[in-house]
Amino acid sequence: MGWARREGGSGVELELKGITKRFGSLVANDRIDLTVKPGQVHALLGENGAGKSTLMNVLYGLLQPDEGQILIDGKAVQFHSPKDAIGAGIGMVHQHFMLVPVFTVADNVTLGIEQTDPAGRINRRKTRDDVREISHRYGLDLDPDAITENLPVGIQQRVEIVKALVREANTLILDEPTAVLTPAETQDLFRVVRELKAGGKSIVFISHKLKEVQAIADTITVLRRGQVVGTARPSASEDELATMMVGRDVQLVVSKDAAKPGDVALHVDGLTVVEDDGRVRVNGVSFDVRAGEILGIAGVQGNGQTELSEALLGLRPVTTGTVTVAGRDVTHATPRQRLHAGVAYVPEDRTEDGLVGTFTVAENMVLDQYDQPPFASGLRLNLGAIEKNAADQVTAFDVRTQSTDAAAGTLSGGNQQKVILARELAREHKVLIASQPTRGLDVGSIEFVHKRIVQQRDHGVAVVIVSSELDEIYALADRIAVMYEGKITGFRPPTVPVGELGRLMAGGTDQAPANRVEDTTGAAE
Amino acid sequence: MTDTTADQHQETPRWKRVLDAVVEGNSFTITVLAIFTAMVLGGLLAAFSNTTVLHQLSTSPGTGLRAAWDTGAGVYASLFEGSIFNPHTVAAMFSQSSISTAIHNGYLGAVFGPLSETCVQATPLLLAGLAVALPYQAGMFNIGGQSQFIGGAIVATYLGYGVHLPVVIHVIVCVLGGFAGGAAVGWVVGFLKATTGAHEVIVTIMLNYVMYYFLSYLLGSQSLMQRPGRTDLISPAIAGNAHLPHLFGSGLGVSAGFLIALACALGVWWLLSRTTTGFEFRAVGLNPHASRVAGMSVPRTWMLVMLIAGGLAGLAGSSVVQGTDFSLTFQSSGTYGVDAITVALLGRGKMSGVVLAALLFGALHAGAPLMQTNTGSPVDIVEVLQYMIVMFVAAPPLIRAIYRLRAAKAAGVGQVVSKGLSA
Repeated sequence: MGWARREGGSGVELELKGITKRFGSLVANDRIDLTVKPGQVHALLGENGAGKSTLMNVLYGLLQPDEGQILIDGKAVQFHSPKDAIGAGIGMVHQHFMLVPVFTVADNVTLGIEQTDPAGRINRRKTRDDVREISHRYGLDLDPDAITENLPVGIQQRVEIVKALVREANTLILDEPTAVLTPAETQDLFRVVRELKAGGKSIVFISHKLKEVQAIADTITVLRRGQVVGTARPSASEDELATMMVGRDVQLVVSKDAAKPGDVALHVDGLTVVEDDGRVRVNGVSFDVRAGEILGIAGVQGNGQTELSEALLGLRPVTTGTVTVAGRDVTHATPRQRLHAGVAYVPEDRTEDGLVGTFTVAENMVLDQYDQPPFASGLRLNLGAIEKNAADQVTAFDVRTQSTDAAAGTLSGGNQQKVILARELAREHKVLIASQPTRGLDVGSIEFVHKRIVQQRDHGVAVVIVSSELDEIYALADRIAVMYEGKITGFRPPTVPVGELGRLMAGGTDQAPANRVEDTTGAAE
Repeated sequence: MTDTTADQHQETPRWKRVLDAVVEGNSFTITVLAIFTAMVLGGLLAAFSNTTVLHQLSTSPGTGLRAAWDTGAGVYASLFEGSIFNPHTVAAMFSQSSISTAIHNGYLGAVFGPLSETCVQATPLLLAGLAVALPYQAGMFNIGGQSQFIGGAIVATYLGYGVHLPVVIHVIVCVLGGFAGGAAVGWVVGFLKATTGAHEVIVTIMLNYVMYYFLSYLLGSQSLMQRPGRTDLISPAIAGNAHLPHLFGSGLGVSAGFLIALACALGVWWLLSRTTTGFEFRAVGLNPHASRVAGMSVPRTWMLVMLIAGGLAGLAGSSVVQGTDFSLTFQSSGTYGVDAITVALLGRGKMSGVVLAALLFGALHAGAPLMQTNTGSPVDIVEVLQYMIVMFVAAPPLIRAIYRLRAAKAAGVGQVVSKGLSA
């Protein structure tokens, strides 16, 4: 396999011609043509399920195409396994990293291609030097001796990149690389991608986030339902790209009327969450949410938002402070008691905390109501009522599933989120707490979820949205609270400029004290 | 088995589905082939470990091979005759002058004796198998069948000889006591897991030893449970009132314990698939995080699951004490703890599967003595057979490779094992 060791840094041209991949009756890739030029960032944009990952798995040798061919510098090649693809200079950084957590960075990089001396000992120094050299060349800033599991996600991703580079990859496939990153880490990744590009590597950047694609790509290919619907320059507007992706005009901004706030439905006072190891995750947070308004909690991920929303449902013990739902003190109530008190909860990690993946859609629709009438009479489950409820909800929430008996884990992310929403909103509730409600969803699903949330507000529900996407906060919130290191650094109206929110997200203090912090702290004593 | 395949089934006609299932090696096909493979290997083992066969092979390979075939085939013929029915006995019955004379001479008992023995052997296997299958459905791996069996057996035995009650009531009290004794041991496991996070696999293995030596202590002390005047480890005989009643007269060994076991299998199935408690069990087993977010109490579920599972294993103990042994010895618990795991694995954690697996292993145990008499192969061949079956069932890719089956989409019991041992 001579391609990998071409002289100089000049990259190779990679061409996919008429790639077709079928799974049963589903055509995941339909005659796809794609050309990746050397030294370019080629973005593959599409909704979840558009066929991006299938195409890349074909390119990486994980799947064999039913039709079409792969050409490298005009020569047809066949990849029977990733080994062939790697040999041809293709590297892939998966969405879920393939690293051994307890190994050092250098050991992970060398895993599978260890160089040994005649006695069979691994030559660690060589690997360490390689990692250092590559890391330095592309500004990756990696310590070869660091233990992988201790590194932040963004750095672990770089280990994956180095792994590919050490194997002399000319073309790097990055599969949804920003899905796991914080905004700051995303910026770092973009810098690395530009350095790689400058070094002559070509990058295939898979994403469904319009802004990122605009920011990093040289060429954008848009996929929809397994077909290439067009190519675009990064200068194309967000609206144009979104329209190509979903095939219709999508409203990125939710249309909503002014809020008509009613009585306080959720009252949080001095809430503090301290972990067993003494780390303070949430530090004296106080806020009120009134019926019919949306409070958006913004902030860079990892500043206590996750812990705050978990504490609100009772999944984490509250160290000090109180939580009151509709006048009822639920500070020490169990999750079930809080659900009954009128809390609807959309968890941050929908596959882990929101659904039982192997349960059917119907079972997931009653996951927190299975013991209530009409779904149960006494100890007995009423399977008929559960089935009927599922059929109704699937229609009402437009859940795309083959049947209500399909395992929830087989649905796309957007449809999974619809199942969770359908379930949570079916119960009688006064407060809706939604954490990262549209993370990883495609544009169409985001629109759907946002509309439902605004609808809830208009029906008089007090809504808390925790989101690290500022677009989402601006689109939904009637009031914005910003969290930094477990504290709320300020409350602002949704008309606040981005710069001001950025200042608060970076820990800037609140010059003008927030709208109601004083009166509640006073009331609590 | 998995719902992804179920989705695709919606479009394909039934005959195609059945064909696909066979060709691709679904779990049922794999199980049948695993049993077949193990039986072939078991036959070879029996044939070529037989001293007569080996001797003949060394002198004259031709006769040796024929003898090997005779032994291998003889093993399965006698296993069949000892566990299902014996053609010789049936022929003998029909040679009697009339059916009524035959019945009078006890031929009915002889004809149905093998089946009855299969049911007798299957009873504790089924109950103990359920004690593994139920926690499996709730995401737990119960290795503690033995300790829970002993817990149930101790209580059932004590109530059997220590108290005096009228005939029907005494049986019921002892059976309930057996359930309670096993449940108490099972509950300890659930309690420790719920409160301290101790892994149930470790706790159950350790409790097996604790209960084993606790039993030896009880049976070795004259002041406790040792039979008066004895120096070996044996309890007093339980009262006749506490014996599980025979279903078809004293001529056939099968007792009400078999019905209890079948009822328990039905009950566990109903619990899991038709009740709110079972919904919780399954949800917690598949995703404890989401279950917790949905308001379920995961620790409470763990405790309840292990309580019921322990009770089922305890019933297995009671079925042995009250159905066949009528006293408790140090050997009463036998290999039921391990057998329970094999039964649950072969049954793929499903209640109907567990019933069939228990009957199969029960039949092997029932046929073993006759096999030894007829072929000279040791009864241990049956144990080897049993473990080989489970080994092959646990390794679907191996079976697929042997029989050139296409890779199936469904996952097999291999996952049962790995899932049980991880986490």
